[in-house]
Amino acid sequence: MQLSEKHQEYWQRNLRLTAILLAIWFVVTFVVIYFAPQLNEIVILGFPFAFYMGAQGSLIIYVLIIWFYARRMNQLDNEYGVQEGEEQ
Amino acid sequence: MTTLTQSQFFQQLKKYYTFYTGGFIAFVIVLAILEQMGLPPKWIGFIFLGATIALYAGIGIMSKTADVSEYYVAGRRVPAIFNGMATGADWMSAASFIGMAGTLYLAGYDGLAFVLGWTGGYVLVALFLAPYLRKFGQFTIPDFLGSRYNGNLPRTIGVIAAIICSFTYVVAQIYGVGIITARLTGIEFQYGVFLGLGGILVCSFLGGMRAVTWTQVAQYIILIIAYMIPVVWLSVAHTGNPVPQLAYGQVLQEVTQLEKEFNNAETTKGAAEASARAAFKAQQESFEAKIAALDEAVAAGTGAAFLEAQRAEAGNPADFAATTDDLKAAWKKSADGAKAKSGPVSAHATAFAGKGAEAKAKAKANPDATEADIAAAKAEDQEASNIKRRNFIALVLCLMVGTASLPHILMRYYTTPSVRDARKSVFWSLFFIFLLYFTAPALAVLVKFEVYSNLVGSSFAALPAWVANWSAVDPTLMKIVDINLDGIVQLAEITIGGDLIVLATPEIAGLPYVISGMVAAGGLAAALSTADGLLLTIANALSHDVYYKMIDPKASTVRRLAISKGLLVVVALFAAYTASLKPGDILFLVGAAFSLAASAFFPALVLGVFWKRANYLGAVVGMLAGLGVCMYYMYITYPFFGGVATNQWFDIAPIAAGVFGMPIGFIGVIIGSLISKAPSLEIQQLVDHVRYPNLAGDIDTRAT
Repeated sequence: MQLSEKHQEYWQRNLRLTAILLAIWFVVTFVVIYFAPQLNEIVILGFPFAFYMGAQGSLIIYVLIIWFYARRMNQLDNEYGVQEGEEQ
Repeated sequence: MTTLTQSQFFQQLKKYYTFYTGGFIAFVIVLAILEQMGLPPKWIGFIFLGATIALYAGIGIMSKTADVSEYYVAGRRVPAIFNGMATGADWMSAASFIGMAGTLYLAGYDGLAFVLGWTGGYVLVALFLAPYLRKFGQFTIPDFLGSRYNGNLPRTIGVIAAIICSFTYVVAQIYGVGIITARLTGIEFQYGVFLGLGGILVCSFLGGMRAVTWTQVAQYIILIIAYMIPVVWLSVAHTGNPVPQLAYGQVLQEVTQLEKEFNNAETTKGAAEASARAAFKAQQESFEAKIAALDEAVAAGTGAAFLEAQRAEAGNPADFAATTDDLKAAWKKSADGAKAKSGPVSAHATAFAGKGAEAKAKAKANPDATEADIAAAKAEDQEASNIKRRNFIALVLCLMVGTASLPHILMRYYTTPSVRDARKSVFWSLFFIFLLYFTAPALAVLVKFEVYSNLVGSSFAALPAWVANWSAVDPTLMKIVDINLDGIVQLAEITIGGDLIVLATPEIAGLPYVISGMVAAGGLAAALSTADGLLLTIANALSHDVYYKMIDPKASTVRRLAISKGLLVVVALFAAYTASLKPGDILFLVGAAFSLAASAFFPALVLGVFWKRANYLGAVVGMLAGLGVCMYYMYITYPFFGGVATNQWFDIAPIAAGVFGMPIGFIGVIIGSLISKAPSLEIQQLVDHVRYPNLAGDIDTRAT
């Protein structure tokens, strides 16, 4: 079938969201690792910052990224009328 | 059962698993009471092993099915949160459960590559794969490759890659089952392997994915309870705070303080450490002198006589080296072991310590060093640190992309009722995995503190009970020698195997044996659940993709399931046999599975959804090139295959070979697609189909 303009827009917004979340993922993973020796100079509540990110901080952000993606995409589905019907 | 609506089904599941969790806790309490009344530990081990395996088998029998869709994808009605738990158990293997905290204990910051890699990969699963695969809605990952790239060749490459990754992985799991069973009950390793195998097979054989799913949920509940209880207890004991993940910051500071003291010879503790290190240094030098003497004798042609003299001197033990080469290797190992002990302690939270404290100590010890010497030492130190950082980044990337490419994980997202649920389910998956992974670093630090503050400095005459127990049970896990003969334990005198951390935590925290039994049962649950998922992946790839899709597409349902179950048994027996041979390089092979999966699957899967122009030739070229480069790199650099480290590119270790395979895979897909014509309209429609959860006038790709 031919996709309508609205469908194209849905896909564009999905791509934009994916790109933004991927950028966050990249920063909290690779940028933090790259500068780990420098970031470890900062100590918060006893934790050197890069160590904390590697052990816990980045993990929490990963969980939030996925949570946000699921929520936002499920909203977009409804907004653009591409949501699924109730199965069964 | 099929008459239930999805929400009734969900309510029912919630009820079952709440009862089940309560039942498990009651079971542990009853055992604890029996222990107080005098039930011997060996019996507790047997009861834990028997009860949990019987439970998994029971769920397997209750979930038996003769329906194809139930068998392959659990009827596609697994609610997001339960699929999340099942994925968590599927994902977390014996290595995560038992090994992770130990790796962190031994490697400090540098061990965090595994924590990051094995969680961050789910971001890629969520953003790039899970919802789209769910919409596609067939049975296996090669299914997607076969349909999207319209041919049996991409499917076949997918099958081969899936088998290579999953088989090495499943062998490691069955090996883990053997070890844990042996430890829990004292029976022989080989019998343990086959006993565990029985538990795996009863479950997956009768009910396929459906049985595996519901068993994995049950296994997740056991493994997370078993992991948390001892850590929380230890945290309360040390810090008074029942949330170890928050409390350990303060403990980490104390550990860092102690590390500084150990490395400073002017303090009492530091001086004692220095004397122990000096003793190890002397030991290292004596072995090196012996090796030099041996080399001399061999060069002079009197090697055999030298060997005989050494044997006589050692009192003719039966296990003495048979050749001069063996003797040299044994001495070399001893010298290296002593050398590792003669250096200063590395700091837990420090990232990429180059030559580290050792280099600094050397520079200090040499008052004649010129400025050029110091500059050269600094440059060398920086280079070592850079190599570590490069490897860390490469490993994290491979583990992440590998996570998002392993078929046994991706397959789980076929089982949710909708695309919506698939998205939510990735969230739940990572959430449940996260619970364990963000606890492991806390556990590592808590145990480290216990060792640094209580064990170090205690007298050899009165060692803590857990130390005495474990060094008697297994010297590879806990060994302690008074090398400087001062009667006091120094850090350098303690050798700890990584697996000890999780296994001994209950005893360190002063908990009764029943908790140790529960931890072992948790490790068993982790290994069995992962093995279940992997075996099913392999058997399905062979029965569904090879037999049904390529050999006999007209096969009846009964026949398809019979073939699938038959293959399951064959693959399981073969894997158990391989594991019972105790292959040496098993840990490397598991790590390699991630690089291989990342190189073979990720480019073709992701471009298949996000780039319409990707086509048959692109997929074939990309997958073969990615897999090829990855395997070639391992072949030329890993000693097991006859490779040498000098062949490494940019000093990247063979375990992270995927960092080369993956980009080559992407380039392969792109070039291969561009030099051949665009895929047919039908295929382009398929791509639109997977991109939108629901399209009016859509095609239907769901498998039956």
